[in-house]
Amino acid sequence: MPVAQGTRPRPAETALSDDEVRALRADFPILADERLVYLDSGATSQKPRAVLDAERAYLEHENAAVHRGAHTLAAEATERFEDARATVAEFIGADEDEVSWTLNATAALNTVAGAIGHASAGRGGAEADRFRLRAGDEIVVTELEHHANLIPWQELAARTGATLRFVPIDDDGALRMEEAERVIGSATRIVAFSHVSNVLGGALPVAELVGLAQRVGALTVLDACQSVPHLPVDVRALGVDLAAFSGHKMLGPTGIGVLYGRRELLNALPPFLTGGSMITTVTMEAAEYLPAPQRFEAGTQPVAQAIGLAAAARYLDAVGMDRIAAHEAELGARLAEGLAAIDGVRLLGPAAGAPRVGLASFVVAGVHAHDVGQFLDDRGIAVRVGHHCAQPLHRRLGVTASTRASTALYTTRQEVDVLLEGVRDAVRFFGVAA
Amino acid sequence: MSGTSGGLGGLYQEVILDLARHPHAKGLEDGAAASSHQVNPTCGDEVTLQLHVADGRIDRVRWDGDGCAISQSSASILADLAPGLGLEDLQVRIDAFRTAMRSKGRIEPDEDLLGDAVVLGGVSRYTARVKCAMLAWVAAEAALRSL
Repeated sequence: MPVAQGTRPRPAETALSDDEVRALRADFPILADERLVYLDSGATSQKPRAVLDAERAYLEHENAAVHRGAHTLAAEATERFEDARATVAEFIGADEDEVSWTLNATAALNTVAGAIGHASAGRGGAEADRFRLRAGDEIVVTELEHHANLIPWQELAARTGATLRFVPIDDDGALRMEEAERVIGSATRIVAFSHVSNVLGGALPVAELVGLAQRVGALTVLDACQSVPHLPVDVRALGVDLAAFSGHKMLGPTGIGVLYGRRELLNALPPFLTGGSMITTVTMEAAEYLPAPQRFEAGTQPVAQAIGLAAAARYLDAVGMDRIAAHEAELGARLAEGLAAIDGVRLLGPAAGAPRVGLASFVVAGVHAHDVGQFLDDRGIAVRVGHHCAQPLHRRLGVTASTRASTALYTTRQEVDVLLEGVRDAVRFFGVAA
Repeated sequence: MSGTSGGLGGLYQEVILDLARHPHAKGLEDGAAASSHQVNPTCGDEVTLQLHVADGRIDRVRWDGDGCAISQSSASILADLAPGLGLEDLQVRIDAFRTAMRSKGRIEPDEDLLGDAVVLGGVSRYTARVKCAMLAWVAAEAALRSL
């Protein structure tokens, strides 16, 4: 799969040197444990001191309710909270009013699907007409989606009478683009897809999918969870209408995610969650709503987490996303080549040598992923095992579970080699040849 | 065994690895008195287990499924243990096995009661794997309840 436009590391960008990675690792307290070989950053990343300190400093010196109250502390807290939004918006090439905080990426995707559901039930006035789904309309996803970018659309289709369709993948996990051209048609209203597969590690052809969607006037929704932490991402350059990602996978705290949307879309979508802080006027009968981003931020927000996430974005930016992408592309290639060379191991996704981020899932013939993971864990190697919230993808590839190793900017080449040795030994231990 | 690393030998005893490669009583047969299908949603392991009953006793257990060495060997061990037991006796053994599995290593399985299932005793120290070991036994329990 080609790496999508605007995300490929420029040739001039060099990967991080071993010394540079060692220096970065010193910023991550948990990595001081030399026994730990953490290869599960695709599930959640570790956190640098800068993020932990930012949260603590806010809570120790500036904590107050934001966007309410008139005292000095509240004003300062509000300013910090909005500064955090501006930082994260800039990190992805958006304006600050195009970034709404959510609990996580799952919540962001559910916010979009839920808001479209509300629009389809008649909420949102004339402005929301464009979002209304009815029987005969189609929502298109891909066969490789994480459950978070599949189930909300299943539910939306069930509620509105729309039909959910999907773009199939081939045996290597690549999207069948000739099928995409067939599936995305005049009835398509929404096209939702991942930027980078959380199982396969390859990037989807975003520009082509956006082109197909725009040709028929469909909304595009991007699950950017596995790209924003690892690649330079510019949402405007990608041309998507809406995007979701989580904080905890990009060195930030848990409990915070981002919903990006083009300004005019966010302001036309009806709110999903309603309540305090997202209104202008409320009577006993009805309410009027603030524009985005507050429109989608009902109730008390995760303020310390937002500030922590901004610190994470600054940390990544200081290292340089181009360089991080180059480093992780190298690690991904090392992983893929190493795994593919082991007898009895099937590498899922792009073949060794094809572009991928620092993430590779694999299956050891005759050995369940849980057993592989247990064997590796005994050596301090942390990997993900199971279906990685992508059951239909695994079913399509003919397996129930896989083992996934995933990197971040702090991952070393040596860690990849330790994993490869561990997998070779696991193959022997479980007696695959038998 | 060569390649055994650290405490893993306590979890993956040779019997377990051997049963995972060469399962007992695998494959469903017609005429079961009861059956149950169980899934471990975290990893997608699944087992379908049948109780074949004659004269009020377990005649044989048959099962089919996919999963890790722990879940697969556990199903084989249960299938070896169950024949000849009364229905209530089987329930007593399921309860005893569950108690041992949930003990975080404090309770060794009772060999008189559980036979070869003692080789799964090490699983109870790995809380993430207890569900794997229990899968077939939970299926047997559900099948018993439907009788």
